[in-house]
Amino acid sequence: MSKAYLRTDLALISTWIPENAHILDLGCGKGDLLKYLHTKANITGYGLEINIQNISKGIDSGVNIIHQNLNHGLQNFPDNSFDYVVMTQTLQAIKKPAYLLSEMLRVGKQSIITFPNFAHWSHRLYLSVIGKMPVSRSLPNPWYDTPNIHLCTIKDFELLCKEENIQILQRAIVNTEHRSTMGNQIFPNFFGEIALYRLQQKNT
Amino acid sequence: MPKTIPENSIGLVTPKTCQFDHPLQLECGQTLSEYELIYETYGTLNADASNAILICHALSGDHHAAGYHSMQDRKPGWWETCIGPGKPIDSNQFFIVCPNNLGGCKGSTGPISINPQTGKYYGPDFPIVTVQDWVHAQERLAQQLGINKWLAVIGGSLGGMQALQWSISYPDKLEYAIIIASAPKLSAQNIAFNEVARQAIISDPNFHQGHYLENNTRPTHGLILARMLGHITYLSDDAMGAKFGRELRNDTLYYNYDVEFQVESYLRYQGRSFADHFDANTYLLMTKVLDYFDPAHAFNDDLALALKAVQAKFLVLSFTSDWRFSPKRSTEIVNALIANRKQVSYAEITAHQGHDAFLIPIPDYLSIFHAYMQNVGAHL
Repeated sequence: MSKAYLRTDLALISTWIPENAHILDLGCGKGDLLKYLHTKANITGYGLEINIQNISKGIDSGVNIIHQNLNHGLQNFPDNSFDYVVMTQTLQAIKKPAYLLSEMLRVGKQSIITFPNFAHWSHRLYLSVIGKMPVSRSLPNPWYDTPNIHLCTIKDFELLCKEENIQILQRAIVNTEHRSTMGNQIFPNFFGEIALYRLQQKNT
Repeated sequence: MPKTIPENSIGLVTPKTCQFDHPLQLECGQTLSEYELIYETYGTLNADASNAILICHALSGDHHAAGYHSMQDRKPGWWETCIGPGKPIDSNQFFIVCPNNLGGCKGSTGPISINPQTGKYYGPDFPIVTVQDWVHAQERLAQQLGINKWLAVIGGSLGGMQALQWSISYPDKLEYAIIIASAPKLSAQNIAFNEVARQAIISDPNFHQGHYLENNTRPTHGLILARMLGHITYLSDDAMGAKFGRELRNDTLYYNYDVEFQVESYLRYQGRSFADHFDANTYLLMTKVLDYFDPAHAFNDDLALALKAVQAKFLVLSFTSDWRFSPKRSTEIVNALIANRKQVSYAEITAHQGHDAFLIPIPDYLSIFHAYMQNVGAHL
């Protein structure tokens, strides 16, 4: 698979992961990231996925996929057993996001996480002017039929990191085309649509 | 009887037999000085013998995994669902080998064979074999067939245990291991069911301490009970409910102990037809093979340690309603492989059919199995 076919947030993440790393990809879908990283950088690891059709497609493309419900945590994985635990665009759909985040940081030496920023100006405008729950490019579902049950903003997330003693090693704020603009660099919580973070647990 | 053989079937097949006169040292301490294995093959072995797949059968299975023995056969082989042209284990692509295991009663040396030392039936004196012994015997068969390395070893239930044991005993002699509806060892509940089945057979007055053939009789009643019990554990509550519910055979209650509910009739029928063509000593033996299987035991009861040296790539599949070997048991294997950073994929297939689901054409199951096998055969 060439990089051009990879979802752009995945392409960005792939630049954060060094060669030969061992990774766990939570909610890996059809395993695109794993497949790409394996070909490009000899990266090993597993994807966790709950949708059986995605599992079938992932197996078809030759990646290691484990059928697992992320809401049940990662108890089957020992501490620090992966170099990176990655989760893209899934945090907001998790029943206990703070718990899963702590599990990711326990199992991985580092974690990489992406989520849609609920404080993007278009959402603020939608809510304040139209008075309805925002529907947008990054959040396309109506409130009553959405997997996104725990939406948060960049500020909220960073506050959680502070409370949970999580160190932010790297951050990228982009739009849905995953481009970095001047606006989302200066006012990330206003202009950023998608937030990407590289994290690790601070020593206590 | 099939009027015509379906296009995606192997078609008519003839079993073959392989004789071994080099003694086989068994785990129990005894030795089998000579023995034979009956087996079937489907497809063609390629020039470098790199497309061979071993199919391992479960408790009541045998070497007849696919196709028909004659146009009079009522049913095809036991895994017709998955083996054949265009099926997950594609006979157009792979050379598929399925032996009847040692101790069986379908043609391989077992309790109903004549013991060359005594000239009588082995009967209860046939040594208790183990999964490891089976794997060693299968490895010898591979040599006889000119197969140095299996492309894949595949099995469901007790067959999956053989695939797992293969990866431990001969790590460099298989490329892939596919383990379906299986477990790394039996639970106390599993052993308990086996013990009830054994007691049903042993307490049959026709059992004669296992020497029933010399007495021209068979412990049929005990074997029927054993199979009825087993059958209940292979189905789920939902599957039984859907198939029979509380349906009566004759729309009225008779207030006696004859067959009244359809489920009773079904179980008796299943038990009887099984007992007609299966040997009681083999059944006892097979349940012991299951009970003894525990590859982690020699490794401090640490399955991850037992799997440290495996080289195969794994596919592990389980079924939601399988309570005999529940999905949790499959994840024990998966987690031990992950702990060793081995290549493994795992799926829990939604199915209401219970343990028997691995024999049934469930779309998600076949699609995952097929996708995986495409990769297995990709480099041929």
